[in-house]
Amino acid sequence: MYVAVKGGEAAILATHERVAEARRGDAAVPEISVAQIREQQALACARVMNEGSLYDADLAALALKQAQGDVIEAAFLMRAYRTTLPRFGSSEPVDTAQMAIRRRVSATYKDLPGGQVLGPTYDYTHRLFDFALMDEGAPSVMVGPDPTISGREGASSTTAAGDARVEPEHDGLHAPLDARMPRVPDILGAEGLMEPEVAPEGDPRPFDLTREPVSFPADRDVRLQAMARGDEGFLLGLGYSVQRGFGGNHPFVGEIRVGEVSVEFVPEELGFAVDLGEITLTECQMVNQFAGSKDVPPQFTRGYGLAFGHSERKAMSMSLVDRALKAREFGEAAEYPAQQDEFVLYHSDNVEAAGFVEHLKLPHYVDFQGELELIRRIRREREARLAAEPETLPEAAE
Amino acid sequence: MTVHQTLPGDETSPAYNYAYLDEQTKRMIRRALLKAVAVPGYQVPFGSREMPLARGWGTGGIQVTAAIIGPQDTLKVIDQGADDTTNAVSIRRFFQRTAGVATTEATMDATIIQTRHRIPETPLTEGQILVYQVPIPEPLRFLEPRETETRKMHELEEYGLMHVKLYEDIARHGQIATSYAYPVKVEGHYVMDPSPIPKFDNPKLSGNPATQLFGAGREQRIYALPPWTDVVSLDFDDHPFETSKAPHDCDLCGAKDSYLDEVITDDEGGRMFVCSDTDFCAGRRAEGHEGRLGGDQKSSKTFANSFEGIWPATAGAR
Repeated sequence: MYVAVKGGEAAILATHERVAEARRGDAAVPEISVAQIREQQALACARVMNEGSLYDADLAALALKQAQGDVIEAAFLMRAYRTTLPRFGSSEPVDTAQMAIRRRVSATYKDLPGGQVLGPTYDYTHRLFDFALMDEGAPSVMVGPDPTISGREGASSTTAAGDARVEPEHDGLHAPLDARMPRVPDILGAEGLMEPEVAPEGDPRPFDLTREPVSFPADRDVRLQAMARGDEGFLLGLGYSVQRGFGGNHPFVGEIRVGEVSVEFVPEELGFAVDLGEITLTECQMVNQFAGSKDVPPQFTRGYGLAFGHSERKAMSMSLVDRALKAREFGEAAEYPAQQDEFVLYHSDNVEAAGFVEHLKLPHYVDFQGELELIRRIRREREARLAAEPETLPEAAE
Repeated sequence: MTVHQTLPGDETSPAYNYAYLDEQTKRMIRRALLKAVAVPGYQVPFGSREMPLARGWGTGGIQVTAAIIGPQDTLKVIDQGADDTTNAVSIRRFFQRTAGVATTEATMDATIIQTRHRIPETPLTEGQILVYQVPIPEPLRFLEPRETETRKMHELEEYGLMHVKLYEDIARHGQIATSYAYPVKVEGHYVMDPSPIPKFDNPKLSGNPATQLFGAGREQRIYALPPWTDVVSLDFDDHPFETSKAPHDCDLCGAKDSYLDEVITDDEGGRMFVCSDTDFCAGRRAEGHEGRLGGDQKSSKTFANSFEGIWPATAGAR
């Protein structure tokens, strides 16, 4: 005999045990440590810090461990913790011009003060598996003077012929970087060619979208905040749509820079800035065309992206969408999704989106019952109506 | 996580505040609630917080409950009318852990009832608070996706679009084809989404002695119906509002006037109808009422509470 079963506390507790088992996997394999994730999965940690809106690499690593590597779930853990933290105040604005550079590239100038600094990047790697990484402790073939595609065998031979790879110039590689590393848009700005960034009147404290409800049209501080915590994949897609014509911008990467910036805080009782420590940031400034208007001469316009950690794709996507969202300010038609702040801001938050999409798993039988009754009634009435109608219509021609 | 859990390296300070939210946040939500009660049916924007439960899983209702709950309260949580659905269990456990609050399944014993998709069958009384979880607070959202536009429409009481939609339903289907989240007009002004309750429950919205609070976490909105508010389900003179339910009696308790869940019992068209409100159904059976299949049925509640029973029972049904 069937019994109507709806759930149960014991069943929920059992799922908690199951997920703990699933998280641990095969007990014969050593458990991964939070420190290992922090050090060896740093890009995943950066994404969790961005989308979790909290700069804490240890917590990001813990979140990834607890979430079995599910980045959105990990970001959710970060957010739910972050929201309970007390606020001591706001830091001084960080100065990315003073960044201790690890990587800095410009696509608009072949050379510029400070030079192009490639730093760590996958850009010029061939996406071929490095099977040496399968062996723990073995040196990667990606580094060292003699890598070959054949991997493990090649790694032992120091004189493989036909290796086209240039040996890195170790001296040059570790040479100190120029102390002066001006930001490219500032160079353009000095000539008056770049849209200036002017603080809104009175330089008010930026909006905090984690504390106040967003209203529309949203100002740029709100938009940048929402994108900084927005889903990388969503912003990537939107940025891509701008490039493909669903948006009217033609961007150049003015500059991408990655490095450490110090965060300063002015405690009220001291009255002077105290260094709180360093954070790693990725900044991207896109240079876009603007034809000018009656009041403004033609100039370049800026798309800005800033992200925690080494997160170039995120910062680039963000700067594309930032520029697209300026459509209203420049009097451009906002015809496409990437140009519409309501669309972008309401849908870029992956923690919210995931929650709402996945809530469809929850029971809906009360509503579905209503729909069942309705559709049965409409069908009954339709059948009754059809039955009542005499077949007056002439038959279709034979 | 419990209230008593402390941060690593700190033996004294609890990791989380009473009822999870910090006191400043609670004050902010209470201010929004006061405004909502003062302007019934108006959607008050509020600084919705991240919650440790997923967006769309009742975070609006949870924030409202967390802002009003105190140690003297007794909490009931239902989802689809039932106390034992998984999410109701999860939310009830959340408040047991973070607020150490007493819980109940009896509608009449609760001071706060958090609900998803139902209003209890047992009439509410003065002093009780019903907290709704709301997915999409904007009744005009599917007619106009832009928030900037819908807020203007509410300001101007520009509800023509909604009436056109209802009219088109009648033209196409002979009736208004909305069976849940049926729009209502509050005190002659704001058109309001009553959350996805079946329209069967709509009449209970009006003139209810309890306070009804609505929380939409993801959408950052709070709205309210203070006690005895006049709430009218939208309709036309020649097509008056009608409630609807499955044309059956409850197979367990025999109730003729309660909202029913349809349960598929086999793959040959067999089905049974049971009260969606588990407390109401169990109460009636305790009083000796019996439905068509009442005699040889266990209560869904006692059954669900024994985890061992679930799988063998469903397997045995085949």
